[in-house]
Amino acid sequence: MLLSVISGFVLACLAPWLQRVVGRGAGAVLATVPLGMFAYFLTFIGRIADGEVFHEQWTWAESLGVRLSFYLDGLSLLFALLITGIGTLIIFYAGTYLHGHEFRGRFFAWLIAFKAAMLGLVLADNIISMFIFWELTSITSYFLIGFDHHRKVARDSALQALLVTGGGGLALLAGLILMASVGGSMELSTLLNSGDVFREHALYVPILLLLLAGAFTKSAQFPFHFWLPNAMEAPTPVSAYLHSSTMVKAGIYLMARVSPAMGGTELWMILLSIFGGTTMVIGAYLAIQQVYLKRILAYSTISALGVLTFLLGLGASGAPGDAELSIYAAKAFGVFLLGHALYKATLFLVAGTITHETGEKDVTKLGGLSKAMPLTAIAGVLAALSMAGFPPFFGFLGKELLFEATLAQPSLVGVMTGATVITGILFVIVSCLVALRPFFGHAKETPKHAHEAPFPMWIGPALLAITGLLIGLLPAALGEPLIAPVVASVLGLDEPVELKLTLWHGINAALILGTIVLSVGVLAYFGHRYIMAVLGKVDFLLRIGPAMWYEKALAGMLDFASLQTRILQSGYLRMYLMLTVATTVGLVSYSLFQISEFSIIPEIPPTDQWGHLLYENLYTLIVAGLILTGTYGAVHSKSRLTAIAALGVVGYGVALLYIIFGAPDLAITQFLIETLTVILFVLVFYHLPEFPKISRPRERMRDLFVSVTAGVMMTIMVLLATGIEPREKVSDFHSAHSVDLGHGRNIVNVILVDFRAMDTLGEIVVLMISAIGVLALLKLKSRSKGEKV
Amino acid sequence: MEPVLAIVIGSLYAAGLYLMMRRNLVKLVIGLVLLSQAANLLIFTAAGLRSKHAPLVPPGEAQPVGDFADPLPQALILTAIVIGFGVIAFTLALFHRAYQVIGTDDLDEMRATDT
Repeated sequence: MLLSVISGFVLACLAPWLQRVVGRGAGAVLATVPLGMFAYFLTFIGRIADGEVFHEQWTWAESLGVRLSFYLDGLSLLFALLITGIGTLIIFYAGTYLHGHEFRGRFFAWLIAFKAAMLGLVLADNIISMFIFWELTSITSYFLIGFDHHRKVARDSALQALLVTGGGGLALLAGLILMASVGGSMELSTLLNSGDVFREHALYVPILLLLLAGAFTKSAQFPFHFWLPNAMEAPTPVSAYLHSSTMVKAGIYLMARVSPAMGGTELWMILLSIFGGTTMVIGAYLAIQQVYLKRILAYSTISALGVLTFLLGLGASGAPGDAELSIYAAKAFGVFLLGHALYKATLFLVAGTITHETGEKDVTKLGGLSKAMPLTAIAGVLAALSMAGFPPFFGFLGKELLFEATLAQPSLVGVMTGATVITGILFVIVSCLVALRPFFGHAKETPKHAHEAPFPMWIGPALLAITGLLIGLLPAALGEPLIAPVVASVLGLDEPVELKLTLWHGINAALILGTIVLSVGVLAYFGHRYIMAVLGKVDFLLRIGPAMWYEKALAGMLDFASLQTRILQSGYLRMYLMLTVATTVGLVSYSLFQISEFSIIPEIPPTDQWGHLLYENLYTLIVAGLILTGTYGAVHSKSRLTAIAALGVVGYGVALLYIIFGAPDLAITQFLIETLTVILFVLVFYHLPEFPKISRPRERMRDLFVSVTAGVMMTIMVLLATGIEPREKVSDFHSAHSVDLGHGRNIVNVILVDFRAMDTLGEIVVLMISAIGVLALLKLKSRSKGEKV
Repeated sequence: MEPVLAIVIGSLYAAGLYLMMRRNLVKLVIGLVLLSQAANLLIFTAAGLRSKHAPLVPPGEAQPVGDFADPLPQALILTAIVIGFGVIAFTLALFHRAYQVIGTDDLDEMRATDT
């Protein structure tokens, strides 16, 4: 399993090079790798159907609990098969679709990287590696949507998709980490087997909300659905792959994955069925109002994702009494998931072929293409029949089970069934729109003269559509081994359940509903024009939708960014300095106030000792006075030279302090350096004008306030620090071994040249660099003298 | 004597920061020097003023006798003084050059990168 994921990333890196070497047939060559993986995953079907699960583990960052571990059960297997199987056909298709495109190599690189990330996501067992793959799918999707990067619409749509799914990704990360801390493990396989630990934990609600935020954004649930139709800016193979059959299902996968541990509660059921139900109705309703092929399909995908979420809401293992009910819904979930992936990828590819061959994407301007492109037409019609829910297609089965699941609900049967019936009718209209209108009726003039598509572009859709038909015809033999383990995974059962998938259930309520839906849907398709006219009048509802909130939030964020940049990045050195100082003072003072056990008020000695103390510390007091006077002079003087002289006084004063407190080495150095500094100052600043008073009094007061506050804080800090006596000092070792190890009697010198010699070497390096810098600056002067600067 | 030194350090910090917030170039550099003096004294004082005797080992002895000042902060400060001087020398050369090129010592007029 590791190999299948890693090889994808390696292949992605090689893709541009392969494209250059192989040229025209690159799509076919690249498609062999996912084909091999597809075959590899097919070998698991039998064993998974028998209830086996597979684990693989590699150490990554063990100390953080991050492992590269993989887990293959029914749910992962179905996804892995979809990803590799559809991926093979898509890559093959894209090779021809993008024939002659300048950046075909780059396209393959991103597409294959996406495939690898998606595969990693559904196979990952460790939550951190799952999150990383999750984000990788968002990032690769960003580059694929914005593939036509010269168009602003494509770039904006890519950013929108990235921001919405990336924002959800952050919520997901928080949710996963909370989950790990509650469950005490980073491995999903362990977390999911922990019974009711999560459902009964106090953090259940936040964890659930965070996870759902990630899943809903990724899987385009209302109100986060708006990014998906815009993502149709991507080349059609991308839409067919990422935005119908795989990436947008990552959120669905996540919900299905965690449902054994998190699902089944009242909150889970309410949230998923309300959001899923709303999404399925709104998505389908918006789909029939579109005229562009890909947008119709995009909205119907949103609707299908809503159906899946809705079913997961109903089909989680809840109270033991509901087992029968949840199996119904989980069964419908599995069947619908597979069915939708098959027909929706087909329809997208067919739509891409139509647009590619005719140059037209508006369905109202297409017609009668079945003569020119019969093979594409057959694939399209087969897929559309499956989507509409005609027997004997797999889609029929999915729809039947959906009705059965809602009809079996203990409460709100009317609302739920009503919603699914409406969605069903709209689905019929959508499938007629995308598969009947372009292929039948009167032939219409198109920008390009239509021909049958080349082999790579009809084989993919044809294979997928035929698979849909075959599984529909033989559901027990082909569908059950795949779906039964999925149901077991969703419900968290150890044993695979028996499904008994058949086309003919006898005449029951679901069949009657299905027939009604089909007939009403077909009728409604013929009245589509009139329906559209009515719907056009309530169109204003769309304009105040969530897309507008996205725009506003984005604009607001940019405004805020420029506002805070204007304030923080003023370009004035002193403003930066003031902000830095003020922040430091704020934070340090806060921590100082937290320390209560130290007193900063020094002990006041008895009055009779004052004279003695004064005599003893007379020198210190005099020097301190000297330094303060010098400081005042340096700040206040209007003359440059006076200020520099005052600076010298401060420096010498400090040197005297060093003498008083037993540091003669420091004193010598300080005297020397101070003298040099003063000389340098005089040399450099001799030519400068006198200090003009250029700041306003208000500014001076403000700066004074900030700097005095900082000074007071430093004073308090020194008083606190001197009150602490460390138990053991590093320097005790230095003092004790100065003679026997360092062979020197001046301990400070021994530390510098022996114990801490590397530090001194570093110091010398700094001085060297500084000297080279000074030299460079002065050299620069002499060379550019003649030039105009 | 710590309270006295604490006040000296605080005043040096205040004066250094205040000068660094001026618009004049020379004042900025003077502020920088005061700030480094303050930092050195801070390390010196915070490490504890144990004794007024230098950390020296008398001849004939293997270890220092009696009480003596802590040698480690002294070694640190010695390094800091020298590096501080390197920084000041570089700053002075840089500002000297900047003044020659831009023709002003007003920092507010040094906001553009392309002068």
